[in-house]
Amino acid sequence: MQTLSKVVHADREDPVFEPGDRVQIDDRQPIGHYRVPTYMRGKPATVIAAIRPTMVDNEAESFGRNAGSRRHYYRVFVPMTELWSDYRGTDNDGLYIEIFETWLKRAEP
Amino acid sequence: MARDAERDGIFEVMETAVRELLTDKGLIAATDIRRQIEVLDSRSPALGAAVVARAWTDPAFKQRLLENGRMACEELGITFYDDTQLIVLENTNEVHNLVVCTLCSCYPRPVLGLPPDWYKLKPYRARAVYEPRQLLAEFGTVIPDDVEIRVSDSTAMVRFLILPQRPAGIDDLTTDQLAALVTRDAMIGVVRDLVPSGAVM
Repeated sequence: MQTLSKVVHADREDPVFEPGDRVQIDDRQPIGHYRVPTYMRGKPATVIAAIRPTMVDNEAESFGRNAGSRRHYYRVFVPMTELWSDYRGTDNDGLYIEIFETWLKRAEP
Repeated sequence: MARDAERDGIFEVMETAVRELLTDKGLIAATDIRRQIEVLDSRSPALGAAVVARAWTDPAFKQRLLENGRMACEELGITFYDDTQLIVLENTNEVHNLVVCTLCSCYPRPVLGLPPDWYKLKPYRARAVYEPRQLLAEFGTVIPDDVEIRVSDSTAMVRFLILPQRPAGIDDLTTDQLAALVTRDAMIGVVRDLVPSGAVM
């Protein structure tokens, strides 16, 4: 679709990460309602897509806070063989998961 | 209360307590709960099957479905009362998709209704991300080594529906007849090959 070039986007309207970007999922152990499974924490991943539209951070929302918390979720990919050292399958098998922007950092080059 | 907890289990008692508190405070009414049950009961795998059959027979719809699952389902009148997004994952000769929610029981309820019990139990949730091939084999689904397995773990605002491959040799079926071939398990990904009705396995 042809888009108009003079529209200025507000902060956080555009995804921080793009398909193909290498990211690191945070390894945090906060108390409360968190949607990143422990087996994914601290893992390097590859961004497949930014999920649109932006969404409320449902981890903040679970504590009644959501003003200004809209950001993107990203569909990211980790090869199974990188998740599990004893994985019984093929090298192509992968785990795909949605991670909120607040849990992702750009991987060191 | 102690006797109730023993009989019903702690979660049922907690659910009752929260529901009564919300009702007492006037935040929800009993009829709201009844109405929501009505919404849930109106959703079943037949909706997902209709979406799949439409995608098999209408290439433009299939493209819209893969680009934005929720919007394409909304075209057919399927509402997303839980405000989740839907990603539709296409099985191909090279790729097989499997859906799980390791944290709880996230499931594309707007298009499939309530999940089966095994989907909510820990053995399925743990093994789907750790040994999907062995798990699938126990469902009778053996994935060849030259087919890549993609396990999608739904954790938050996104739900997944699998678009199974259309069985070969059924070109003369109507969309309704095609929909009748599509099973819940195939849309979760524990089944790969759909069998035309009347065919001998």
